[in-house]
Amino acid sequence: MTAIRSFLLFWYDFVVGDDWRVAAGVVVALGATAGLAHAGLPAWWLLPVAVAGLLALSLRRAVSVARRG
Amino acid sequence: MNSAALFITVFLACAVEAVEALTIVLAAGTSRDWRSTLQGAGAALVVLAAVIAVLGPAVALIPLGGLRLVVGGLLLVFGLQWLRKAVLRASGHKALHDEEAAFAKETAAARTAATGGRVGVPDWYSFTLSFKGVFLEGLEVAFIVLTFGDNQHDIPLAALGAAAAVLVVTGIGVAVRAPLARVPENTLKFAVGTMLTSFGVFWAGEGAGAHWPGSDGALLVLVPAVALFALGCAAVLRRTPPSTETTATATTATAAPVQGGLR
Repeated sequence: MTAIRSFLLFWYDFVVGDDWRVAAGVVVALGATAGLAHAGLPAWWLLPVAVAGLLALSLRRAVSVARRG
Repeated sequence: MNSAALFITVFLACAVEAVEALTIVLAAGTSRDWRSTLQGAGAALVVLAAVIAVLGPAVALIPLGGLRLVVGGLLLVFGLQWLRKAVLRASGHKALHDEEAAFAKETAAARTAATGGRVGVPDWYSFTLSFKGVFLEGLEVAFIVLTFGDNQHDIPLAALGAAAAVLVVTGIGVAVRAPLARVPENTLKFAVGTMLTSFGVFWAGEGAGAHWPGSDGALLVLVPAVALFALGCAAVLRRTPPSTETTATATTATAAPVQGGLR
């Protein structure tokens, strides 16, 4: 069990990293982009906006957590 | 389209794809581990050759959109993690070496748990980044060769144009490798985070069905835009005093991020 747990933990850390919300946000943004594209609407702008928002929010969270100690 | 036009068209189209792959390889190699990166690139070329040999012209039926979505999405998540840490270190909100120690511990634990997939590869992260970049772009080169070559009934000439483009771009990569190694560590990793995020946004967007204004030229806007935004975040965070625990171990950067480890 320890080996399987370590294996899964490695892959979680490898793919998701420190902030799972960033990975989840990317998945949601990709889904929304696909939705817009399938509806025939311009969709290219959504990912850059989402990335800016996700990075800013993740940084703000990291700083406030560090300051709380 | 005559033979010269076919050669030049395929050469230019494949050079664009090769530059994209080269960017990922240089990023992974310079900032992480060259041996693993080259192993990843080599493995991708072997798999690519096998796929093309087995499928032949049917390669064009592989759903490139799905592949772009998955590879782009992963690059985007990786890139955002790199950028986040680079910005935190650059602004003095993160200690320089704690993540390296934690990552080394996790990697060691994982190697113990599952060595089968990592035998002979010192850095799985570099290997995977390099593999994905080279495989995806290599497939696109194969598509270009097959579509242009088939249309003009001269696949060998199209393949020659693609090979020339890859060789020229590889030569450029070898030439810039040494100067890149002299760039300060965290500056380099900041740049890598920027490149991974930009390529991730571009590929994942295409995979999700979005059409970029200017096609591949959109990368020329995306890369500086991501870099400026991240630098802006670092500048804003520098005005916020870091926690006392962090200041004990971190060096507060005064300009561009220059030091610090990153996964």
